[in-house]
Amino acid sequence: MKRNAKELEGAHRKLSRRALLLGGLQLGFAGGLAARMRYLQVDQADQFRLLAEENRINIRLLAPARGEIFDRNGQTLAHNSPSYRIIIVPEDAGDVGEVIAKLSRLITLDPEDVERALVEMRRSPPFLPITLADQLNWEDISKVAVNAPALPGITPEVGLTRIYPQLDDFAHVVGYVGPVSDYDLSKLDRPDPILRIPRFQIGKVGFEAKREDVLRGTAGAKRVEVNATGRVMRELDRKEGQAGADMQLTVDADLQNYVQARLGKESAAVVIVDCESGDLRALASAPSFDPNLFVRGISVADYRMLTDDPYRPLANKTVQGTYPPGSTFKMVTVMAALEDGLIGPEDTVYCPGHLEVSGRRFHCWKRAGHGHVDLNTSLKQSCDVYYYDLAIKVGIDKISAMANRLGLGMRHDLPMSAVASGLAPNREWKSRVRGQDWLVGDTVNASIGQGFILASPLQLAVMTARLATGRSIAPRLVKSIDGVEQPSGAGESLGLNENNLRMVRRGMYSVSNDRRGTGYRSRIIAEGMRMGGKSGTSQVRNITAAERAAGVIRNEDLPWDRRDHALYVCFAPFDNPKFAVSVIVEHGGGGSKAAAPIARDVMLQALYDGTPPLAAYPKGDRSRIKAQQERLERERLQRGGSQDSDQA
Amino acid sequence: MSYLEYHAKSTPTGLRKILYLNWPLTLLLASVAGVGFLMLYSVAGGSFSPWAEPQFKRFLLGMCVMLVVAMVPIWFWRNISVLAYLMSIVLLLAVEFFGTIGMGAQRWIDLGFMRLQPSELMKITLVMLLAAYYDWLPAERSSRPIWVLVPVLMILFPTFLVLRQPDLGTSILLLAAGGGVMFLAGVHWGYFAAVIAAGVGLVTAVFQSRGTDWQLLKNYQYRRIDTFLDPSQDPLGAGYHITQSKIALGSGGWSGRGYMQGTQSRLNFLPEKHTDFIFTTLAEEFGFIGGFTLLSLYILIIVFCVATALAAKDRFSSLVTLGVAITFFLFFAVNMSMVMGLAPVVGVPLPLVSYGGSAMLVLLAAFGLVQSANIHRPR
Repeated sequence: MKRNAKELEGAHRKLSRRALLLGGLQLGFAGGLAARMRYLQVDQADQFRLLAEENRINIRLLAPARGEIFDRNGQTLAHNSPSYRIIIVPEDAGDVGEVIAKLSRLITLDPEDVERALVEMRRSPPFLPITLADQLNWEDISKVAVNAPALPGITPEVGLTRIYPQLDDFAHVVGYVGPVSDYDLSKLDRPDPILRIPRFQIGKVGFEAKREDVLRGTAGAKRVEVNATGRVMRELDRKEGQAGADMQLTVDADLQNYVQARLGKESAAVVIVDCESGDLRALASAPSFDPNLFVRGISVADYRMLTDDPYRPLANKTVQGTYPPGSTFKMVTVMAALEDGLIGPEDTVYCPGHLEVSGRRFHCWKRAGHGHVDLNTSLKQSCDVYYYDLAIKVGIDKISAMANRLGLGMRHDLPMSAVASGLAPNREWKSRVRGQDWLVGDTVNASIGQGFILASPLQLAVMTARLATGRSIAPRLVKSIDGVEQPSGAGESLGLNENNLRMVRRGMYSVSNDRRGTGYRSRIIAEGMRMGGKSGTSQVRNITAAERAAGVIRNEDLPWDRRDHALYVCFAPFDNPKFAVSVIVEHGGGGSKAAAPIARDVMLQALYDGTPPLAAYPKGDRSRIKAQQERLERERLQRGGSQDSDQA
Repeated sequence: MSYLEYHAKSTPTGLRKILYLNWPLTLLLASVAGVGFLMLYSVAGGSFSPWAEPQFKRFLLGMCVMLVVAMVPIWFWRNISVLAYLMSIVLLLAVEFFGTIGMGAQRWIDLGFMRLQPSELMKITLVMLLAAYYDWLPAERSSRPIWVLVPVLMILFPTFLVLRQPDLGTSILLLAAGGGVMFLAGVHWGYFAAVIAAGVGLVTAVFQSRGTDWQLLKNYQYRRIDTFLDPSQDPLGAGYHITQSKIALGSGGWSGRGYMQGTQSRLNFLPEKHTDFIFTTLAEEFGFIGGFTLLSLYILIIVFCVATALAAKDRFSSLVTLGVAITFFLFFAVNMSMVMGLAPVVGVPLPLVSYGGSAMLVLLAAFGLVQSANIHRPR
């Protein structure tokens, strides 16, 4: 094709023009890119730098070690043991189902755990770690660690779990911990972030819950660098948490163990108070349960079994349970009368077996009556009419005030769940709460610890200790926190007349040591160890006139839950009281028969700090006691054995 | 002036040609590639494998290819451009039928020693063909509809094939580079205005139709557009690339976090950190200064190409040089716009820096054409 030069020249100029135009456009666009780069990198640098740091740095809380709990001799009641678990972060795992399937080829997963984890996953945001398997052994955890690259989102972790080596013995005193629940969080206003650590354990019940503040400690934190899949690349820095404080309780684990064993299958409670310091040496509530079951999360079947049991193993009867104290309350009535100067030790009351009060007939437990009764006999034989008469003279307000002085009807401040305050009613209480006037019949009922009066085994033990010492003994459960000794509960003098106290104590001595005393059969004969006691039998039903006419039905013939409660309180040694004990056997029948033998046995165990010599028992009892000691020893050994295997 | 009118004596011959190589341009290309090695070494966590070393070998091979192409007289390339174009088309069709599936798209043919991406080859052969076409076509005819239709078909056919792979990025590149060459060749601006107007109209129609019963795109396609316009809508899904990329860029600041200190890339927050998103690592580790330097190098390469084109005495040399420049410009402009959140995420690598063999070889071969035009210019 032929071209003329001019035309070519024109085309070339046009090309140059357009090339420059296009070049200019390109330059302009590049300028725009540079401006955008400047905007992102200079103007907004701080914001993006922050985002990059947020991408990269994760703050992980470090759970502190929970404070451990020991008995007064340093035996462990609660400690922490390493537990290996596997956590999964659903977001990092991607296909959760596949990862779990892979994992289950490596180790055996509990289908229940997996199901629970899946439910938890649906409820929580995908970046929150969720525990997939807990309490794994070292071998399994190593398998997972080795295969970690093939298991995205899965991290093996070592944590601490709570162990209660004393099993059933301290379930009620120490309580137990468990994983934080949504309910726990909802109760808190601004929950400590530490509670969000997966499987973090907090005190749920008992001492563990009440002293959560000291036991928990404070969380540490580590900053880690993570990559896009959430895997930790390295640790940047770490601040260790503060472990919780170790606690020493006043309870003696060996004694507690004996008491629990002695109570056996009864529905019963025993409290042993140190008369010198107020230390609670044993607080036993039977039947009990293994708190370790609750640490991991108890199965529905196990829990149902505990709640359906009529003997209420979950209830802590020592401090939560309140009962009509029955005749054990008589010391209060008589002390009120003595302090008021209304009676002397020689004053007698005639007991025909009943007393007519404003048209109503109040019976003595002995239908035939006790005849002429003085103070000592009234306690020894537990004559009811004597106290009816006394109470009408003294009036309920003074009795109620005396009950308060002796530690009844008031809440003792103990770090345990649901410590009951009991009830020592007066006129004001009845009109306020019931909107009714106090009747003289109420006073008569109260005089023998029936009617409105309610007391817990703890309160009865404190009452006994206060009678035995004349001081306002306060129960103490915590001996030391982190090695710091807690204030003693020895208390000041109650300001009661020492002569009056002596008369009441003599009466209690007669109960246990006089041939006609209600507690005679459960006496201690070792010199210097003799005890003063008082039995009590509290009705849980009304006996109608018709029944009384036909003959009161014997306890043995009643269904279990309609039988009387059996109570016994005592202190020993009589001359220099060291321990006060209260025993209640729910629906156990007569106090002297069901509760007194237990009281004597645990008292001797406490006095001798171990198995007492048979010589301390009356001759006739020794062979039976020997057999019982051997049986208990066997049972304790067996349990000790199974306990070891549990821990292994 | 046509190549036939060259005086054989006025062009360098033999080894003397090396003296006429555009040395500044060669140096610029080498420095850009050097930036690439540096970054590939960094994103591999301070290691020559798996990326920096193969990339370096390919660069050396590419430089040889460039020299060989440069030594061959530019008129030879003009003469074989139709053949080269047809070969590329055949290869594209071959990919359609025998290609290997990679990254969810069918893009390459396995030749044994290397994987050939015909779409890469197409970018350069299309430019060659168009340059040759306008070299042949008398300038006064270039705006006539029939003579406009021919190059339009030359562009649209391979574009359609590439789009089917699917490779949106390369299709856009082919379209834009082809259009650029046509514009340079002096096609009346009215055509371009019409195309742009039609494009704007189409985009408006697409958006207007949303939610109505004559909706033009599928719902998921609209969602993609939404995510592009506002990546924060879906930061963990489709917007993840753009969001993380912007974070990396932004956190670089003025002078960067230091070589091999970029947390975004080192901790894998950045996707495709060694290929399409390698610029973010550069910007994170060397900051605005690093990013701007690379941009300047690119611009200088364009400037040298334009200068070569303006000095050239024949239309083929000018057009092919400018076509290569446009292609090169489109590469980095689209890539950078993409990582800075100005354009949707389409698979366009950062030229000479991103890891990848075909693109580097083809680009260096294309610069060989530019060098050849420079060497064989009558003086």
